[in-house]
Amino acid sequence: MRITVTVDGTRYTDDVEPRMLLVQYLREQLGKVGTVVGCDTSNCGACTVHVDGHSVKSCSMLAVQADGSEVTTVEGLSRDGRMHPVQEAFHDNHALQCGFCTPGMIMQSMDLLAEDADPDEQTVREGLEGNLCRCTGYQNIVRAVQDAAHRMRPGAGPDAERVADETAMSEQTRAEVRQS
Amino acid sequence: MTATADSHAGGEVGQARLRKEDARLIAGRTRWTDNMSLPGMMHMAILRSPLAHARINRIDTSEARSMSGVEAVVTGADVADDQGSLPCAWPITEDMKSPNAPSLAVDEVNFAGEAVAVVVARSAAEAHDALEAIEIDYEELPVVLDMSSAMTEGSDLVHPDLGTNASATWVFDSAEAGTGGSADEALAGAEVTVHRTFRQQRLIPAFMEPRSILVDPTGEQTTMWSATQVPHILRLMLAMTTGVDEHKIRVIAPDVGGGFGGKLQVTPEEVITFLVARKLGKPVKYTESRSESFTSAHHGRDQIQKLSLAANRDGTVTGLKVELLADMGAYLRLVTPGVPILGAFMFNAIYKIPAYHFSCTNVFTNKVPTDAYRGAGRPEATFAIERMMDELAAELGMDPLEVRERNWIKHDEFPYTTVSTLTYDSGNYEAATARARELFGYDALRAEQAERRRRGDTVQLGIGVSTFTEMCGLAPSRVLGALSYGAGGWEHGAVRMLPTGKVEVITGSSPHGQGHETAWSQIVADRLGVGFDDVEVLHGDTQSSHKGLDTYGSRSLTVGAMAVVQAADKVIAKARKIAAHMLECAEDDVEFSGGRFTVRGTDTSTSIQEIALAVFAAHDLPDGVEPSLDSEATFDPENFSFPHGTHLCATEVDTETGRVRLRSYVAVDDVGNVVNPMIVEGQVQGGLAQGIAQALFEEAVYDETGTLTSGTLADYLVPSAADLPSFTTDRTETPSTTNALGVKGVGEAGTIASTPAVVNSVVDAVRHMGVQDIEMPCTPMRVWRAIHGGAR
Ligand code: FES
Ligand code: FES
Repeated sequence: MRITVTVDGTRYTDDVEPRMLLVQYLREQLGKVGTVVGCDTSNCGACTVHVDGHSVKSCSMLAVQADGSEVTTVEGLSRDGRMHPVQEAFHDNHALQCGFCTPGMIMQSMDLLAEDADPDEQTVREGLEGNLCRCTGYQNIVRAVQDAAHRMRPGAGPDAERVADETAMSEQTRAEVRQS
Repeated sequence: MTATADSHAGGEVGQARLRKEDARLIAGRTRWTDNMSLPGMMHMAILRSPLAHARINRIDTSEARSMSGVEAVVTGADVADDQGSLPCAWPITEDMKSPNAPSLAVDEVNFAGEAVAVVVARSAAEAHDALEAIEIDYEELPVVLDMSSAMTEGSDLVHPDLGTNASATWVFDSAEAGTGGSADEALAGAEVTVHRTFRQQRLIPAFMEPRSILVDPTGEQTTMWSATQVPHILRLMLAMTTGVDEHKIRVIAPDVGGGFGGKLQVTPEEVITFLVARKLGKPVKYTESRSESFTSAHHGRDQIQKLSLAANRDGTVTGLKVELLADMGAYLRLVTPGVPILGAFMFNAIYKIPAYHFSCTNVFTNKVPTDAYRGAGRPEATFAIERMMDELAAELGMDPLEVRERNWIKHDEFPYTTVSTLTYDSGNYEAATARARELFGYDALRAEQAERRRRGDTVQLGIGVSTFTEMCGLAPSRVLGALSYGAGGWEHGAVRMLPTGKVEVITGSSPHGQGHETAWSQIVADRLGVGFDDVEVLHGDTQSSHKGLDTYGSRSLTVGAMAVVQAADKVIAKARKIAAHMLECAEDDVEFSGGRFTVRGTDTSTSIQEIALAVFAAHDLPDGVEPSLDSEATFDPENFSFPHGTHLCATEVDTETGRVRLRSYVAVDDVGNVVNPMIVEGQVQGGLAQGIAQALFEEAVYDETGTLTSGTLADYLVPSAADLPSFTTDRTETPSTTNALGVKGVGEAGTIASTPAVVNSVVDAVRHMGVQDIEMPCTPMRVWRAIHGGAR
């Protein structure tokens, strides 16, 4: 089947097998290996990406279902050589050890911050329930998400508006795509 | 500890430096093995036995062979002559029974999940499709699952040719060893005895990155990329197992997504991929699914522990007897038999126990083999003794901290040689406990507990204590030799000054999340007086780090970084000679500090970077000095290191539902000097999560046919962020005296300490309701039954 998908700002048209998962399409066909696979039952969240601005476990979606969509992966977050505030917060708060869960954690954290710009600890913990990390015990991940929330507050710097609202971010990406 | 003082001189060591590793990882710029592709690469899929014990009568691969894209179908019979037997490096006794362990089953399978055949195809999807076309005629054999019944006369046998399900029995007795009295006599004459049997449930390491292997046989060396903790051991063992020459093999551990002991292995999958790729002459990749990982990668724990403790009425312990059954699973993997034996040295923990007897029988069952899982032997021992100390306190009506203090080694009694022969170099249990008590609010929580009991609150409060130690820094080679381990415990390191003054550090340790690149950079920057960013740490490739014994057993800093420190010191010694020549003075007159060599009492100096360039040019070197500013060192520790700490846990137990809520957790750890406090704290937090998971959530469950019913992440409950609280962590610092850095290791501390702290807390919450023990994991059902059903 033929699909057209925009991934991290680049438009792709491809023939894919109907059974191909979105995560396989990203990794194997597009070489977007920053997004990883940690399970076969949609429990770990390692494969989380954004599809049209919302977080999705890309192992639980077929590539053909993404036809016409805009996908953002962890590889598409930095702008002008600068990391996204959530990425920076993960670094600054030591929210990763092996880093395998990290792409999914970052994408899910952005989604959660789009829902709640100033989440308390319990909200963060519950918002990340579908993403497993075996290394960190989550404490620094929770801290990083709350720290990112502060960095992204209106007035917290030029990065703020980028993700204060997922739809806004998605619009911006679209604008960039149109320009290119 | 002058060396320790030195190492602080440059100011890097001790800083919470943000990690070098992160930049790539947070951007998705990663090199997991499964990310890699090579030209002409084929994909391999593995057919695994659905049965726990069966004879293979016939395998029909003809249909699979003819399917689209299928390059080869390989069965055990096809590789029977090449695959050898998977290695077990730890024959704990001379008469240990060890079955032949093929990578690909030849005529029988011994656990559900064992590899039976593989398909190699153009794509992973085609390989998987073809698996379904392979037909196997199995003849079912009786399944052995329960260790206790496996040891009874007339039991069915896992390996009938061995004539028994017992692999080996290992015994230590302090009266025989001359390190103490007789435990039996102590028990016979005791004022108080406590007897308990604990079950260490089977656990799954559950590293987040599934194992993956890529083998490229097209070069002069066959190159293997593997998601392994142990690239060096793997290379050696591939050579010894398959007969391929060691110098024809290169192993690379690229980015590796966690291990926790689970990737301390030489796996059937690695051997099969290696053989198949060489057979086909093409690169072959295999990546396991999570379900395959759970049913075939080694598990951990799985022991039955019978303990008897003798004590006086004042709480002084007079003897301890430990009898273990340890489940090996179906085969002995790399260190399977040695895991429970490591625990033998830790049952006496921080206590002065005058008489000790330990025996362990290793038992075969038709389950996935067990092997190292975070802590490996030491969490089991710590759990049991810490539970027993709480039970003794309850028996005597004493405070559990008071009972411990009565028995522990006082800070002025170090070095102290224990009843199990180890010499603890340093420690301060009083200090760690005092700090933990304070942070926890121990007395206030005890008062609240009493109040809730008085009220008959449906939610009861429990307070759990764990004052643990562990042996880290595996290991002095002579000790490993005495324990019949097949290798040494040294580590290798090298330091190379490049002409531009930058530094390459090579380490035989193989990190997979621990942050070696950052910590080693801090250490070397201080040592050589160069910038943190001027140091690059190379690891995990037998070509660049040609020698090593890899990462496990909290050994990286205590052994691996020490090798790097010694190599750096050799570089400084070489540079000093050259500096003296350049500065035209005697070598003894040259002082080195902050990266500069200075003529004593003058301001004439040169930098290590300038020397590096001069060495490269080699135009004017002193006689007999090689034009090289590289050095290497191999460090063999003289002793283990002994981190310790006091962990306190408060849980709220709903007596009507059995639900346990972790209310607060305080961990005060003493890991000696700290290179990077941020990394140390991260290790403790992650370790706590895993130890708590054993106490409350995780268990690998087999049904009566030997099928793993907790075979996915939906059934095997790795905790999520929502299942855990924030922890309060702090440290005391009592430097180790057995290495120049004064460090002790931190990788396993949290896991070892937390399991008993949590279970003690849960039992403490409901002890007044007649409960003396709750089997792990303490699920609501088990807790409810303990309260209401009487049975455990
Ligand atoms: S890979 Fe585990 S949820 Fe997608
Ligand atoms: S950092 Fe290793 S799994 Fe999260």
